[in-house]
Amino acid sequence: MTINQIQDEIIEEFSLFEDWMDKYNLLIDLGKNLPVIDPRYKTKEYLIEGCQSKVWLHPEFDGEKITFTADSDAIITKGIVALLIRVLSDRTPQEIISSDLWFIDRIGLRQNLSPTRSNGLLAMVRQIKLYAIAIDAKT
Amino acid sequence: MKNISDIRADFPILNRKVYGKDLVYFDNGATTQKPQYVINAVNEVFTSYNSNIHRGVHALSDIASEAYENAREKVRQFINAGQRHEIIFTSGATGSINAVAFSFGEKYIVPGDEIIISCLEHHANIVPWQMMCERKNAVLKVIPINDSGEIIFDEYLKLLSPKTKLVAVTHASNALGTIVPVKDIISAAHSAGVPVLIDGAQSIQHGITDVRELDCDFFVFSGHKIYGPTGIGVLYGKEKWLTDMPPYQGGGDMVESVTFEKTTYNQLPFKFEAGTLNFPAAIGLGIALDYVTGLGRAEIAERERVLLEYAVARLSLIDGLRIYGDSANKISTISFLLKGIHQYDAGTILDKMGIAIRTGTHCAEPVMARFGIDGTIRASMCFYNTEEEIDLLGKGIEKVIKMF
Repeated sequence: MTINQIQDEIIEEFSLFEDWMDKYNLLIDLGKNLPVIDPRYKTKEYLIEGCQSKVWLHPEFDGEKITFTADSDAIITKGIVALLIRVLSDRTPQEIISSDLWFIDRIGLRQNLSPTRSNGLLAMVRQIKLYAIAIDAKT
Repeated sequence: MKNISDIRADFPILNRKVYGKDLVYFDNGATTQKPQYVINAVNEVFTSYNSNIHRGVHALSDIASEAYENAREKVRQFINAGQRHEIIFTSGATGSINAVAFSFGEKYIVPGDEIIISCLEHHANIVPWQMMCERKNAVLKVIPINDSGEIIFDEYLKLLSPKTKLVAVTHASNALGTIVPVKDIISAAHSAGVPVLIDGAQSIQHGITDVRELDCDFFVFSGHKIYGPTGIGVLYGKEKWLTDMPPYQGGGDMVESVTFEKTTYNQLPFKFEAGTLNFPAAIGLGIALDYVTGLGRAEIAERERVLLEYAVARLSLIDGLRIYGDSANKISTISFLLKGIHQYDAGTILDKMGIAIRTGTHCAEPVMARFGIDGTIRASMCFYNTEEEIDLLGKGIEKVIKMF
């Protein structure tokens, strides 16, 4: 599936829930089910600045695609990272750089997360794109 | 005291809903809500007599200047300062501390001198002193705290030395709620000939403050934490210090005469009030102090003591909830963590229930480091909160625990 198809899929999944608590329960589930990151990447080097909770994000490039693994000490944050990974992991650097992320607004995450956390979300997206740009520049 | 529904009716914002639910506002340690009287007073400035203070010969400037000076007198009476010119208006407690750190530092600090603060301080009572120490090659000393979040007095006494030039401590911890025995701290410092600054940002709104009884040399607080507008604060200083210290900032109103060769400074308090101060907020602060005095400060303290006791009892029923800071002497602030749940996760869900609490380090990272944690959930209450709201918080927390 393309980045845009997955975004549509996520929007549909979230639209099933009217109640905010249910949407958060979904995020919590996603957070709990996020595959664990290799502990050696839980270092300052992979820590994303700008998040109120700690987020570690590690890119792995196989010559064609970038795979991201991540972790956070807060579960809701981890749920958001899980969504970003679902959309942007296993993509070519070019796909990531040229992607336009609208699912965040459409599932109401940006309005409903506190501004500082929302900034953290933007910091995560920015970091993913920066990794893609850096890898793209080397290849 | 007025009954609780009449008190709540004085604060229009308390009627609003958040996400369709009644607002439960437990973030009073960050800023308090404003009674209608304060909102009206600020509104009245702009609708009927806005004009720059101490400048014009015209009627409006006179009215504004008089209202501003009346507000100063109200502050003087509220903290029982000896003289009106010992009350300096600033932008807030942070502005007040920065002013003292600069002016006191310029006048009295030489390399090797020491400043004592405590582990409980808000960053606003740490960073200005670090900056001053850097400028002057002075040394910052820190009074440690025990597991209850109380200052260890004997350690403080050990830190006092002939090198000590100033002690700057908080009256009440914003992160844990501990009330610090500042009277004992001040008398010990004075017996060593050392002046003391008290950060009253978290104490002024919770009881009676008498700067002459305390005998502190400086006392600072923010207007917005005592039901007044944002952007106004107070620096109280004993006349002898304020007279001796050089001004912090230069500009209009703080001067007596200016030529390119030499400027002479205005008398107190104007020497420390450069530029156009936030006089509408100062006037609003005066009304806020009237309001608090009208409710009764002893009554407020008693009401908040009851709320704290109720909240501690209610939250203690919750499995896996740990309260940080269990001093017997506290303002109505509770810091806690839930076992296995990150404070931001809990805060996000409580927010969705309309409950406003604060999560994080509360601008007091050293306190968090002392307990080996990277933040807490903080519920800071005041007289307009109710037992019913505490029950909602309790139930909210129980729901959060089930979700994670």
